[in-house]
Amino acid sequence: MNKEPGMTLIVKTVTRISVWLIILYGFYIIFHGHLTPGGGFGGGVIIALALLNVLLAYGKDFTRKWLNIKLLENFESSSITLFLIVGIIGMAVGGSFLFNFIDKGTLFNMLSSGTILPLNIIIGIKVAMSLFLVVMALAAYNFDKGDEQ
Amino acid sequence: MPIEIWLIFILCVMIIASIAALEIKDILSSIIAIGVVGLGVSLSFLFLQAPDLAVVQFLFEIFALIILVRAFVKKEYHQHEESKTNLLISIVTIIVLGLLFLLSLPVFQNLPAFGKPLMTVSEYYLFHGALQTGAANLVAAIILDYRAYDTLGEVTVLFTAVIGALSILKIRSKEKNRETSNE
Repeated sequence: MNKEPGMTLIVKTVTRISVWLIILYGFYIIFHGHLTPGGGFGGGVIIALALLNVLLAYGKDFTRKWLNIKLLENFESSSITLFLIVGIIGMAVGGSFLFNFIDKGTLFNMLSSGTILPLNIIIGIKVAMSLFLVVMALAAYNFDKGDEQ
Repeated sequence: MPIEIWLIFILCVMIIASIAALEIKDILSSIIAIGVVGLGVSLSFLFLQAPDLAVVQFLFEIFALIILVRAFVKKEYHQHEESKTNLLISIVTIIVLGLLFLLSLPVFQNLPAFGKPLMTVSEYYLFHGALQTGAANLVAAIILDYRAYDTLGEVTVLFTAVIGALSILKIRSKEKNRETSNE
């Protein structure tokens, strides 16, 4: 029975159904960060936990085939650059770093609060990718045969 | 029921759980006791009306629990070495902690009443935050507009930590692969 990597069929089926719902919920939390509690950090951790769910249920080889790890690393590295670019555009438009240069909109609207929404999305991507990549690196590193001297 | 009673109850549960985490011999039970402490922190944030912090704390607690279980359960960390605690050291520790508590007692008495932080800065944010930033969630308004530079620092810390962990683990796995291929 243990030839197949990962957990049992029940866990795999439940994961296959629920992982997209969890990712959708994470995006909901990120995109409503300026309206409801949550925001980039909370939503990012939810997405990372959904991917971690796949990793635990299916094993690391399947996850490496399913996701393009190099692409995720590029996302992770470029999100901080995007944060800096938003800040520098603010400096060009308003005169101070991270100036809120987009139109504020009306309160409680989806597209309100200027740069807070894009910065939330950037932070969400950043947190999700970095937490998941750390777990992937830990999974790739074999703990049982590690260098313990 | 007043909120202080709930908070005291949660704090007692957290203290008991942390003592249990230290004293239990089985590593899995110890990790679960640590999780109870994190859940207590999350619940107390919820009672103090800080849902943002509660959500993030709860999620990070799950994350840390998974990593701890993944990292430690398989290994042979189950044996404990009985360490002999020095009686003199523990007596000195208790005396120093008691002195610290007695000396800090006047500070606690001078703190403002519970739930009433009448600070000018927070009042300014409460009254002007929604109008100036257009964000209904005031926490998002503060961390991404008024204090966005601090958030950039946090993101940089996360970035550096991930880069460090990835590079160290990659170097080690490469070395191991070379050893196995040589064999």
